Amino acid sequence: MGVRTWVSEWPVYRQLTGPDPLGRGRAAMSSRTERLRPRTDSADRVVQSVCPYCAVGCGQQIYVKDDEVVQIEGDPDSPVSRGRLCPKGSATLQLTTGPARLHEVLYRRPYATDWERLDLETAMDMVADRVVETRRRTWEWESDGVRTARTLGIASLGGATLDNEENYLIKKLFTGLGIVQVENQARVCHSSTVAGLGTSFGRGGATTFMQDLQFADCIVIQGSNYAEAHPVGFQWVMEAKRRGARVIHVDPRFTRTSALADLHVPIRAGSDIAFLGAVINHVLTEEKDFREYVLAYTNAASIVDEDFRDTEDLDGVFSGLDEEGRRYDPRSWQYEGVDVQAPAGDVDEQYEQKTQGSGHSESHGSGGARTSGRPPRDETLTHPRCVYQILRRHYARYTPELVEETCGIPRATFLRVCEALTANSGRDRTSAFVYAVGWTQHSTGSQYIRAACILQLLLGNIGRPGGGIQALRGHASIQGSSDIPTLYNLLPGYLPMPHAHAHEDLDTFVEAVRTEKGFWGNMRAYFVSLLKAYYGDAATADNDFCFDHLPRLTGSHATYDTVMAQLDGTCEGYFLMGENPAVGSANTRLQRLGMANLKWLVVRDFSLIESATWWKDGPETETGELRTEDNGTEVFFFPAAAHTEKSGSFTNTNRWLQWHHAAVEPEGDARSDLWFTYHLGRRVKERLAGSSDPMDRPVQDLAWDYPVDGPQREPVAAAVLAEINGHGPDGAPLSAYTELKDDGSTRCGCWIYCGVYADGINHAARRTPHTEQDHVAAEWAWAWPANRRILYNRASAAPDGTPWSERKAYVWWDEEAGEWTGRDVPDFIPDRAPGHVPPEGATGPDALRGDDPFIMQADGKGWLYAPAGLEDGPLPTHYEPQDSPFPNLLHPSTPRSPVRQLLPREGNRYHPGGDEPGSEVYPYVVTTHRLTEHFTAGGMSRWSSYLSELQPEFFCELSPQLAAERGLEHGGWATIVTARNAVEARVLVTERLAPLTVHGRTVHQIGLPFHWGPNGVSTGDAANELMAIALDPNAHIQEDKALTADIRPGRRPRGPDLPKLVAEYRRRAGITGATGTEARK
Amino acid sequence: MTDRNLLSGPEPEPARDAGHSQPPERVGFFTDTSVCIGCKACEVACKEWNAIPEDGLALSGMSYDNTQGLGASTWRHVAFVEQRVPAPEGRTELPLAEGAVRVSEPAPAATPEGSPPTAPESSRTPGDMRWLMSSDVCKHCTHAACLDVCPTGSLFRTEFGTVVVQEDICNGCGYCVPACPYGVIEQRPDDGRAFKCTLCYDRLGAGQEPACAKACPTESIQFGPLDELRERAALRVDQLHEQGVGEAHLYGHDPEDGVGGDGAFFLLLDKPEVYGLPPDPVVTTRDLPAMWKHAGTAALSLAGGIALAFVLAGRAEGAR
Repeated sequence: MGVRTWVSEWPVYRQLTGPDPLGRGRAAMSSRTERLRPRTDSADRVVQSVCPYCAVGCGQQIYVKDDEVVQIEGDPDSPVSRGRLCPKGSATLQLTTGPARLHEVLYRRPYATDWERLDLETAMDMVADRVVETRRRTWEWESDGVRTARTLGIASLGGATLDNEENYLIKKLFTGLGIVQVENQARVCHSSTVAGLGTSFGRGGATTFMQDLQFADCIVIQGSNYAEAHPVGFQWVMEAKRRGARVIHVDPRFTRTSALADLHVPIRAGSDIAFLGAVINHVLTEEKDFREYVLAYTNAASIVDEDFRDTEDLDGVFSGLDEEGRRYDPRSWQYEGVDVQAPAGDVDEQYEQKTQGSGHSESHGSGGARTSGRPPRDETLTHPRCVYQILRRHYARYTPELVEETCGIPRATFLRVCEALTANSGRDRTSAFVYAVGWTQHSTGSQYIRAACILQLLLGNIGRPGGGIQALRGHASIQGSSDIPTLYNLLPGYLPMPHAHAHEDLDTFVEAVRTEKGFWGNMRAYFVSLLKAYYGDAATADNDFCFDHLPRLTGSHATYDTVMAQLDGTCEGYFLMGENPAVGSANTRLQRLGMANLKWLVVRDFSLIESATWWKDGPETETGELRTEDNGTEVFFFPAAAHTEKSGSFTNTNRWLQWHHAAVEPEGDARSDLWFTYHLGRRVKERLAGSSDPMDRPVQDLAWDYPVDGPQREPVAAAVLAEINGHGPDGAPLSAYTELKDDGSTRCGCWIYCGVYADGINHAARRTPHTEQDHVAAEWAWAWPANRRILYNRASAAPDGTPWSERKAYVWWDEEAGEWTGRDVPDFIPDRAPGHVPPEGATGPDALRGDDPFIMQADGKGWLYAPAGLEDGPLPTHYEPQDSPFPNLLHPSTPRSPVRQLLPREGNRYHPGGDEPGSEVYPYVVTTHRLTEHFTAGGMSRWSSYLSELQPEFFCELSPQLAAERGLEHGGWATIVTARNAVEARVLVTERLAPLTVHGRTVHQIGLPFHWGPNGVSTGDAANELMAIALDPNAHIQEDKALTADIRPGRRPRGPDLPKLVAEYRRRAGITGATGTEARK
Repeated sequence: MTDRNLLSGPEPEPARDAGHSQPPERVGFFTDTSVCIGCKACEVACKEWNAIPEDGLALSGMSYDNTQGLGASTWRHVAFVEQRVPAPEGRTELPLAEGAVRVSEPAPAATPEGSPPTAPESSRTPGDMRWLMSSDVCKHCTHAACLDVCPTGSLFRTEFGTVVVQEDICNGCGYCVPACPYGVIEQRPDDGRAFKCTLCYDRLGAGQEPACAKACPTESIQFGPLDELRERAALRVDQLHEQGVGEAHLYGHDPEDGVGGDGAFFLLLDKPEVYGLPPDPVVTTRDLPAMWKHAGTAALSLAGGIALAFVLAGRAEGAR
């Protein structure tokens, strides 16, 4: 540098000679400042990705410099997120590159007090050995005399945070091994959604996509804290508001969602069916239903069997209740003279009657009555047994007064909601419902969703723009882990897992579960194509396509049943793949004690979550219930690869498959779950290759050849997606599920995803910017099925095929071209004319009329009344939650659902009901919830300092009145107690929680965020310690959105004094093993 | 040198007056708190981009605000204010925009006589809950006292009209801290240097928007040329007023105010002090020229007085 330069760069010289006399600008700039460049600008490459947190599925851009991720930001091209990210999405850089991630395998020997290092290959071999040994020892050919061909000795949990391709391999491998206890977050979050939406409309996914909410005229958010749990998705509600829509939030708490709503309606947790039933009653009584739509597109006119009796006839129960067996015989719920199969829910319930052709007046075996198809109808809707009249009678007592009494909502407020909904529904206007786990997580969760389905069908809001039901999912691919299920009762594409039956072969199975009419009629083609994808060339027509290789179910093997099996010692080995049940599942103490009873446990995660460390420093070590030195569980910790380190697809809450590309290689021992599952399967297959034991045959036959790539031999995810998509006899990718054959000539890993890899192109990776297309964004990613964005969109046109109105035109019949057309892919047979009447004897899709918009349904109609598919009744009925401070005003003899699933045992005791002695010991209503700043059980947020500092401690929200009543101090500590456990939380006194008047008395509600546990940067007790395992019988989902508890000032006792306190409460309440378990009074 | 007071009053071209010839348009933030959902994406996006350390893990008890204020390690801060408000004020009352059917408008003809009338939209029970949320940030004042008092030239006015600390220059003297009328800038205890929002100066240079504005899910934080933002903000206020939200007003937008207008201004639904903002901020160096003038005058007077004293004394002596 010359002297001249040196002088001219001297700030004082520049100040004196330049245009910056005060030396506050140009003259003051340092050379570092001059050189400043953003790292987004200097990155070597930008990789397109998808946020790994919730199911909004925001687009991300990963900036990579020198093979390191240096920045992660929103992708402005994404039609879902338009470049925006919430705090969690914004913290993805810290999540993926921060110091909290482990990169080495850890191993805990039985009885050891600490971890030790283990190299990855050895650990993989050891796990493969454990799987082979446990499987062989616990193999079960038969149960109660029928073939099961399975092991109950091994279970897995996790999948909603993983890619579709990973879920596919997990389900395939474990099913191939005969493991049936395969489960994931979808069970505890949204399983009741599948039962509710599926039985009502034919498919278990949200009927619409978030961006379409902007065209709604009214949005009712209930059972969801949309703004907090899905902030970026909430922009579409804000767009709707901007366009003048009315936004209503019905929720026990005034949340950040309520703050942006036009109206917040506080409701008592657990009373939503009473509320929705009353809206249904209002619509029916005031004749505000969209009659033309209801007549043509729903089963309102269908006549129901004369044996059917309603809850109004039988004092709170439907016909067919077996009180001893705690189950319904649903046969009397059928239409008159015609048995229909449900498209979802319990499709096995009709197995016997359908396959044996006896015992029921409409028995038909493999033909007969079902082919006549159409149930009798009364187009005048006056027949006393038509669905419309049954509905009217069922809901007649759901009055505004009942709402006031039961839900604590003033009549005037309730009527405002009714008015808003009905004024904004009809030919020219549409309203949307948005819900999440505030509805699903109840002992009657499936029926909560059914209630919304009924309402939306009556108002004519399904299949139409600005309408529909958005089931907001909470994990990046929880929709995908339902579609390609790591769920015990399903195979990919919602095909049912076979139950154990005598002499069951493929044909009798398919005959029992398929529908006669609609696209479920082709189930054999979907099923055979799946078996071909699973077992490859080994699956032939001669061996029933290896149908007998599939393990069989006997009852529920859902995650809570698995915990019981662990406590009982049946289940010995457990895989946790991105799930943290020690914090996130109900009754976390039993979750941990179940794990403590395992022989071996494999945990795959980013950090040492509570489910990996309970043996060392868990709550039971503190209470003295577990002693590390006495615990023999062998624990493997495998560090997981992040979404930035692997390619694959997530399916978001819109049902869109979005591909994320690997940006960098995972470090150290971190590997993808695709890698883990593939290489585990490879090792197990190697070990069993020479076996002649028939139990090993399914493993030997399992098609397990996947190309691998790179130094880590990572399986090629696109090849797995191609298998999911399926291919024909020539090996060419299939384009649509309509190409699937039942003769074994096609292979398809998930029939509803068929088309995602059409023409060999990864359609999930399509990224045409939203600015270059309309809001439907058909060129961005790929939606199942067949890239349809709004389901049942045939209903957006009137029966004659013309749009209901210009304002709400979406899909319509083009007379000239002779096909359906519009803004979306028509969810209908493309050339089926509106007036088409199928010929006598037509089956499957051929049997669909031109005005049957619900093409998966056995009768082509939306089900106001569900004649099949649900365990707990054809119509939603208000029952109190399992733990409730109130009796059932509507049905005093039947306070709770008579067929709710209970798993009573030591450690899982239930509270006395509303008017029973002892209920006053747990007088307050508790509901759990999320916070924007955290994620589910905390594994992806409590280790992040940026997120933890925003919500650093576990707290409880309660009203000033409750604080005064119990002497609780704002900012102080409170202990919350149930019959299961007690937790301590900091007290937030807030008017956002208002006491309600229910049954004429004041009830206080307490809000508990459920994110905390003892590990991580931010720690605290887990709200799920308090939960009972009380389940919805359809979906086996737990009730943790409404329970009762006591609250007292101060911290909880430590050590053995904690269980003592909980036991003392139980004693005071007089709780025994029988408390709260009665079917009825 | 110009005769104009460069430390206060209207200043249309702060960048040019700071020696940036041909500066780009002045840019800033318009934060529309009426659509803020309090998600704090801005806080995290800011921290990720600028690699700001964690700032404490204590529960504040102040609603959902555990950040509590701007500081050296917090450059975006979302305030949460829980209120009971009398109807019809409040965000939950925002009436319908154009083209929409008001629920209460089609007179409920179907409602039979005598049945309880449905409450019209505007007559909610007094004492409704309101939860205000607002993302605060450095105001990038037109007249920024922090930079006026900075003795090292660490704080400087950028070509975009924003105010930035140069970490390589700052010596931690802390003069800027009391100078800020908003209490924004702060020294990091373990480091000593002063830190605050840079309005992502590095990103601006590459034509990128600040990290917080990019992340904001509901466009509560808008980034752009200040003139454009001021226009947009005025329209938004008009719109809200038309819709009956009379209390909506702008804060920090006025070039005539005590700091010559803020580069980051706000649409608020309540008084500034409710959000923790000073109601009438004044650049603390406003009176500096006058003070210097007075000081000069005083010095001159003093010198004159002393000289006079000598003169008078000499005379007296001479007279003796």
